Amino acid sequence: MARLVRSWILLLILQSFLVSIAFGSKEVEEFSEALLLKPLPDRKVLAHFHFENRAPPSNSHGRHHHLFPKAISQLVQKFRVKEMELSFTQGRWNHEHWGGFDPLSSMNAKPVGVELWAVFDVPLSQVDTSWKNLTHALSGLFCASINFLESSTSYAAPTWGFGTNSDKLRYGSLPREAVCTENLTPWLKLLPCRDKDGISALMNRPSVYRGFYHSQRLHLSTVESGQEGLGSGIVLEQTLTVVLQPDTTSVERNTQPSWSLNSLFGRKVVGRCVLAKSSNVYLQLEGLSGHELKNVDSEIEAHKLWKNADFELSLKPDRVLREISSFLFIFDIEKSSDSEPFDLGLTWKRPSKWLCQLAPLHASRFLMGSGNERGAIAILLKETESQEKLNLTNGRCTIKVNIFQIFPWYVKVYYHTLQIFVDQQKKTDSEVLKKINVSPSTDKVSSGMMEMMLELPCEVKSAAISIEYDKGFLHIDEYPPDANQGFDIPSALISFPDHHASLDFKEELGNSPLLSKFKEKSSVRSYTEVLLVPLTTPDFSMPYNVITITCTIFALYFGSLLNVIRRRIGEEERFLKSQAGKKKGGLKQLLSRFIAKIRGRPIEESSSSSELQSSVLSSKLIFKIILVAGAAAAWQYFSTDK
Amino acid sequence: MGFVIKPNINSSSFHLSGRSFFIRRRQKKKKKKTRRGEMAEDQKKKSCRFWIWALSSVVFRLILISFPGNLNLSSRPEVSTPLTSIRRLAEGYWLKQASMSPYAGSMYHGSPLLLSVLGPLTVQRIKGQPSHLLCSLVFVIADILSAMLLRGIGKKLQMAYGLNARLLGLLKSSRDKGILPCGDIAALVYLWNPFTIVSCVGLSTSPIENLAVILALFGAVTRRVPLAAFGLVIATHLSLYPATLTIPIVIILGYGLDAPPIKLFLQTRSVENEESSTPTVSKQPKLKQTTRLPFLWKTVAHFLFWVLLWSLCVLVLCAFSLNKYGGLDEMFKRTYGFILSIEDLSPNIGVFWYFFAEVFDFFRNFFLIVFHVNILFMLLPLAIRLKHRPCFLAFIYLAISSILKSYPSVGDSSLYLSLWALFVNELVDMKFSFFLFCGYLGISLLSPVMHNLWIWRGTGNANFYFGNAIGYACFQIVFVVESVSAMLNHDRALKRCINTNHGEVKN
Repeated sequence: MARLVRSWILLLILQSFLVSIAFGSKEVEEFSEALLLKPLPDRKVLAHFHFENRAPPSNSHGRHHHLFPKAISQLVQKFRVKEMELSFTQGRWNHEHWGGFDPLSSMNAKPVGVELWAVFDVPLSQVDTSWKNLTHALSGLFCASINFLESSTSYAAPTWGFGTNSDKLRYGSLPREAVCTENLTPWLKLLPCRDKDGISALMNRPSVYRGFYHSQRLHLSTVESGQEGLGSGIVLEQTLTVVLQPDTTSVERNTQPSWSLNSLFGRKVVGRCVLAKSSNVYLQLEGLSGHELKNVDSEIEAHKLWKNADFELSLKPDRVLREISSFLFIFDIEKSSDSEPFDLGLTWKRPSKWLCQLAPLHASRFLMGSGNERGAIAILLKETESQEKLNLTNGRCTIKVNIFQIFPWYVKVYYHTLQIFVDQQKKTDSEVLKKINVSPSTDKVSSGMMEMMLELPCEVKSAAISIEYDKGFLHIDEYPPDANQGFDIPSALISFPDHHASLDFKEELGNSPLLSKFKEKSSVRSYTEVLLVPLTTPDFSMPYNVITITCTIFALYFGSLLNVIRRRIGEEERFLKSQAGKKKGGLKQLLSRFIAKIRGRPIEESSSSSELQSSVLSSKLIFKIILVAGAAAAWQYFSTDK
Repeated sequence: MGFVIKPNINSSSFHLSGRSFFIRRRQKKKKKKTRRGEMAEDQKKKSCRFWIWALSSVVFRLILISFPGNLNLSSRPEVSTPLTSIRRLAEGYWLKQASMSPYAGSMYHGSPLLLSVLGPLTVQRIKGQPSHLLCSLVFVIADILSAMLLRGIGKKLQMAYGLNARLLGLLKSSRDKGILPCGDIAALVYLWNPFTIVSCVGLSTSPIENLAVILALFGAVTRRVPLAAFGLVIATHLSLYPATLTIPIVIILGYGLDAPPIKLFLQTRSVENEESSTPTVSKQPKLKQTTRLPFLWKTVAHFLFWVLLWSLCVLVLCAFSLNKYGGLDEMFKRTYGFILSIEDLSPNIGVFWYFFAEVFDFFRNFFLIVFHVNILFMLLPLAIRLKHRPCFLAFIYLAISSILKSYPSVGDSSLYLSLWALFVNELVDMKFSFFLFCGYLGISLLSPVMHNLWIWRGTGNANFYFGNAIGYACFQIVFVVESVSAMLNHDRALKRCINTNHGEVKN
């Protein structure tokens, strides 16, 4: 069996080599896979799958792809997407225990539900159209209701608060989207080996969705080739971040639970994806006690790290990288095979405790007030035990905080009620608010957006921002089926533009896309909670009653007022009498009768004989028939005019 | 004056039944007024009493506004609508200060001029005082001014009433105590109406809208044409519906103040001529020849010219204050468009919000047209029937528009209720007045309860509050219908009086 596989692999490699020669392209599409494992302080384990797929710049549109998913490249070409990120998340990232100051958390801690942002390379007037088309395409591609982001009430165009300064950026999120396997399967389809081989084979659905947090992310960016005539290359980065709880069998409460890949995922890695250029597994250990840090100067010592008094790894790492506060063990899974599967395990021997690096301020958001008429949204920033805080500007130590927030239109925000409290003391806008950009929402047309930059002193204990709002009242068709559950306000994004999270390795990295990603400087950002706002509901069963009752009221108004106006006591009878007294022709009499009829008064016959009565009756009848026929003819004429 | 009829009122023989008519009415009033002293003293006392009551209402308002948090009245749906809410005005002002259009977002829907007047007051504070104090003071002043203007209108109407009664020969002396001082009554009704107090203390801009409307009427009644035009233009600019007042104001300016139908005067004249041998024909040749009153085209043209001038001024000012933010187009779309298309479905004391929250989308436009046309439909019939009583016509128009308004508030009700008090002399025989009083009282007590149950407690549902609104609409409709019918009945009663007089004379 193994031999067969190996021969297949050889064949495949040969084939791809031949193909690349045949097409004569200098650069080839590259795919790499990686898995980062990281024990978390609260006895959980984080697994971060990272797949990167690069398509080099090419000159033709309908080009043939070897590894790169065709659907994505078509998407990029069709909608001229410059950069895009789509994430599906379930669960909330625990910033206090899982870290808030490392690239992993600032890139992969995403708001609940679906979040999509994209930068387009089209003229400004077409950006919205491109966005709408893109949402529909993605909706079909990922089996999710991303198409709800099409409506202008659900997305916004951030200017600077989101971090990317572009006027062609659109951002939208769907907090209530349920994320499950039907979203993961199409995501896996984009990988060359799917989940059949390599690291992605670990994605056993029950174990992935059992976790406390999982976030699947797809980030794509186009790389300009810089050459004339060549298109742009595409970099597709797919990550899946899961936080799992290892089965705790250890007796001791204090020790961290020991785990292995098999116990976490119920599977082992039986070999690499042969199409991948590199496939590595990384293990990041944070907060190892101080004496080890001194001993790792020599390489021999470093290699001894994996088996010591504190913990023990089941496999010998191929390399060890040092960072300021953590170690990174690198394993190559090339050697694994069916007979000898790769199953990394970590066994803790002694209780150990460490703290994650935290963001300068911890952000949370909540609602204030009760009732269904109005309320207030408050964002609370609390100090954390973060190490890196100092940032001197003009001799004053300050922390810059960007807040980006979208308000749906039914949350009608009064921006003039914005209040900022620093250490429980009310501050005027000019003291702490450096920049603010507001685009108010329009009813049923567009959502509101608020971007603000605060500059807080470093020694701040807490800062609170509150803003009042009125709750909107919707038409019955605008309520979702479960109207009484309430409506979600998407997460606010809190970012610290002057604080950059990056892993600073002392050794050379080699060409690992995951590590080079981590080495890039990215600003620290965190998302707040999603808020649930209950809105009042009308009675959904009442439309007919309301329409009929209201119309009755209007009939009452119109009828009674008209009746009062045209009532003439005594005058009318006299008039009719005088009319009847005169001798008139048939037509005149008929007319007067008709007038009397529509006035609702009984006709007073001065001299009534049966003969006259019958003739009158017949003439009345004839007149009625003529009238109805005339009305019908007129109706027919006007209605069939076209 | 629009028409000057100066018949000699010395003819004495047929005063009897006229007096009996008035005496009958006075007896009704006697329950209220028992003491009768000297005329001048009485007059003085009355005016003294009026000033005491007016001052006490102002003091009452000042006490109320000195409470912190303005008693949470400004967020009551009965008091502040999306058009009149001061919070929305403050938001519009904030947006304008942040160099955005005040109409950005769906918050502010009022006039840009009001924004530049009231906007700065929402921000400025006096140290140690509640933040809303300055705005509240403006509204109190607006209320006082409205009351004074109402008093002025009432005095004119009272004079006209007395004059007409004398002309018809129903009244002997020039100063009859049977005529109630309707100006004082209307001013006090306006000042002490809980609806007015609530909308003044609750920081809704409706006192200012009411002031503009009353100003227009005052200008018309006192024949100050530019003032009337100014009031009309400002009132229309602020809330669109007072545009219907053009008809009554034109009639006032063209034909003169409220009077019994012209037919009655002619009847009286003919009887007089028959009876008195002295030739009065030479003195009033005009009246004898024509059954129609002269229409003062010149004054009306003057009025229309001023309307044009003032509206041009307002538009230029608006365009000037909005030139960076979309100009007049934006203003019309966000103010009048908002009023006409009923976009905001938040509850108020009208019935439209719930109707348009429930109605099927494809019928929406149809019902919008139907409901708005309902106001316009009644304009012409009412104008034809009540053209001899233009002030009353104005009152009816205001009452109708406050029933059928997109976003009604109690401020509108307070306006038409106090205008109603101007016609106490004519409307004493109104039916169902106790029933209506109880209805208004009940609705204004029940409405907060229902709102609380639905919005705050969640134990009731929207139908509770809507039922209340329906009840309110019904009471208002009955009120309007009964007022019209009482006024027409009053005319009929006058006619009957004169007819019986004729009979007596002939016999």
